[in-house]
Amino acid sequence: MAEINQGVRETVNSQAAQAFYRTLSQAAISALAPIAAVLVALAFGALLLWLNGFNGSDVVTVMVFGSFQDMRSVGEILLKATPLILIGAGLCVAFRCSIWNIGAEGQLYVGAIAATLVGTSIDGLSVWVHAPLVMLAGALAGAAWAGIAGYLKVRFQASEIVTTIMLNYIALILTSYLVTGPMRDASAAYPQSARLVREAWTPRLVSDLRLHIGILVAVVLAVALYIFLRRSSRGFALRVVGLNPHAARYAGMNVARNVMIAMCISGAMAGLAGAFEVAGVTRRLYQNISPGYGFEGIAVALLAGNNPLAAILSGGLFATLRSGSEVLQITSQVPQVLVLVIQGIVILSVVAFAKLRDILRTVA
Amino acid sequence: MSVKPFLRIDNIRKRFGPIVASDGVSLEIEEGEIHSLLGENGAGKSVLMSMICGMVRPDEGDIVYKGQSVRFASPRDAIRQRIGMVHQHFMLVPNLTVAENYILGQGSALSVISDMTSVHRKIRALSERYALDVRPDAIVEDLSVGEQQRVEILKVLFHGIDLLILDEPTAVLTPQETDRLLSLMGDLVKDGKTVVFISHKLDEVMRVSNRISVMRDGRVVNTVRVGETNARELARMMVGRDVRMELPRSPKPPGRIVLSVENLTCRAETGLPAVRGVSLDVRAGEIVGIAGVSGNGQTELSLALSGLLPVDAGRVILNGNDITGLDPAEINARRFSHIPEDRHKHGIVLPLSLSENTILQRYDRKPFATGGMLNRRVIGEHTRDLIKRFRVKSRDENQPIAALSGGNQQKLVVARELARDPDFILVNQLARGIDIGAMEFVMEEMLRQRDSGRAILLISTELEELFAICDRILVMFHGEILGELPPDRTRLDELGLLMAGNKDEPALAG
Repeated sequence: MAEINQGVRETVNSQAAQAFYRTLSQAAISALAPIAAVLVALAFGALLLWLNGFNGSDVVTVMVFGSFQDMRSVGEILLKATPLILIGAGLCVAFRCSIWNIGAEGQLYVGAIAATLVGTSIDGLSVWVHAPLVMLAGALAGAAWAGIAGYLKVRFQASEIVTTIMLNYIALILTSYLVTGPMRDASAAYPQSARLVREAWTPRLVSDLRLHIGILVAVVLAVALYIFLRRSSRGFALRVVGLNPHAARYAGMNVARNVMIAMCISGAMAGLAGAFEVAGVTRRLYQNISPGYGFEGIAVALLAGNNPLAAILSGGLFATLRSGSEVLQITSQVPQVLVLVIQGIVILSVVAFAKLRDILRTVA
Repeated sequence: MSVKPFLRIDNIRKRFGPIVASDGVSLEIEEGEIHSLLGENGAGKSVLMSMICGMVRPDEGDIVYKGQSVRFASPRDAIRQRIGMVHQHFMLVPNLTVAENYILGQGSALSVISDMTSVHRKIRALSERYALDVRPDAIVEDLSVGEQQRVEILKVLFHGIDLLILDEPTAVLTPQETDRLLSLMGDLVKDGKTVVFISHKLDEVMRVSNRISVMRDGRVVNTVRVGETNARELARMMVGRDVRMELPRSPKPPGRIVLSVENLTCRAETGLPAVRGVSLDVRAGEIVGIAGVSGNGQTELSLALSGLLPVDAGRVILNGNDITGLDPAEINARRFSHIPEDRHKHGIVLPLSLSENTILQRYDRKPFATGGMLNRRVIGEHTRDLIKRFRVKSRDENQPIAALSGGNQQKLVVARELARDPDFILVNQLARGIDIGAMEFVMEEMLRQRDSGRAILLISTELEELFAICDRILVMFHGEILGELPPDRTRLDELGLLMAGNKDEPALAG
């Protein structure tokens, strides 16, 4: 017995094992903080509902689990998770580089416009060519739109927070103009574009669900961005620029180039999300194709601690809450405003717990 | 002498964490005098005066002002007692007018500003009386640095003062503006005010003061009347300390010229001239020191050499190639290493690991990266090797560098820069903020580098550091190289004179 104890102690004492336990505890702290944030927020939400005369715990239960009824509803959650994961993972890259891209919504719209143009103007291509082409068009357009703000930042030191927000308005109004004007389907009563040709549609994952392969693309890209940030030399440079631009310059890194790259990656992800909304869900461009995915994506990245891998989970969570709130609207009297308030509390407590996590990390 | 002093500071102590800023300071200021505080950077001049004007609270000791013991909780209390201070960094709101700046914080938040015309009138009257040339309706950010300083001085006069404290006021001024300021100080004294003048420039201090107190290491070393001293004696008091460090040095003739700077001129980020025509050579196997009180262009010189600040005129030649105006990446690649002055700003990225910090310049090159991906095993091995060779105290190479002590952080920076196998090493403040053990270690390492034939330029405000390892010492003052000295301890006062800007010291000796 004593010998075994001795052996265990030796193992624990060995440096590799210590490093392993440290990594484990760090990871636990990293993972627990956002989970705790969500739980606290939901508890606050329940309290708020109770104060408004509802059965708080029941409503919150519906919000979280109500949408897991059958395959179809799970498919709907994943459908909503697709743009949130794409945008959230992309924004993780920008935020890691200290680029505050608030313009994912606009980049999504511009991606949707480009996807619609490519999806309606070309005919006769194979689905193997046309569908990817539509995605590529969306990503490039989103990257270019974000690139405008990036250029203004590196060339004129214009705050990207301001320029990306303004570019949001331009993209939204441009979309309105296009679907009521040049791109309008004349035969339709409602302002909308012509329908994309069938080969341009994003292939469905399961034939009788709306869910398309976009969710797989989103997960694969989130993993790829995680590896990019952690393991590639470019990702390293982006992180150094984000943490200490002075040291980056001293080390000979091109700060402007890295800022542009981070901006364009996040823009491309949002543009791709826009392409999937058109080619995978609506098949046509509408004025309000996004219910604010671009803004919710910021919260997704925040909850994920700017880790693209974690953005898969946090994107899933926000999609679940969104679906849950739709169920609530149908089945109960809870006003949608209260649901929005609960989402707001989630974001606030994420910020609070992020601070706590940093403190715990330095202690561990 | 035995009259009751106007202001008496009695055995004041102040610590900031482990740093002792005031180590039992005692000082007496007489009414109606210009009293200069002379000392190197970090001698504790500014902190002492900040305590008198209520910005900082002393840990121990007494301040007796006009016969009463005072304890100010804020600058407001000090202003009420008619004590005003003009800080090195101006305390003005740039987008407001002069008059608006003056009434800021006056009265309660709810009171309505009723009578700007009388404020304007008062400003104009004061401006005329002291020939300050301040217009009450000028927007502060449109004014030059010299004008802003006059605005600051007038602000203090506007609030009404008996004691005026000027913290390094001439550091940002042209010679003409300096003359004007010095004569203003005379005018103020004629009007019955008392002036405390903080400076490290000997000639200015000798010109205007009645008495001079020299500070060193948080203490007042001596107080002398201006007629009873000379520049040489003051210089010795200012820098005269024990230079303890003795490091064995092999006499060795230096080799070929590695770095040659010709007439280099550049401006600081503020746009003011900082380096004015500096020329120097550094040879293989030689350590050249640049001494000087900080703020005399050393920071800009090192930034310009390493490509971080644009060069206005002149050339930098490294190994026979012109590297003027190249970007840092290109300069880094030409066997140029740089141990920067501000470790936390330039030298390291605090949240990143030791490993990540060791590859800062070479993150995208073999063997640290292949095919665009970091080679974590190679990076880890390389870092472990550096940790071992340079005895960096750390848990492992994956620890964030922020967790290390300053000395160990600096060791890792030194290790990284030497591992790049440089021909030339630019060092700005080798041993700032690190403990004695680490200091000795990095100095010995520098000597080893010298002996192996590398060219080293060491910029430092620490004379100890310079005397310990340099082969020759240049003195920088006001953006120029004023002279060159051997590291000979018997000529310390000469060095002090040069550092204080006196090129022709015999003229001032009397």
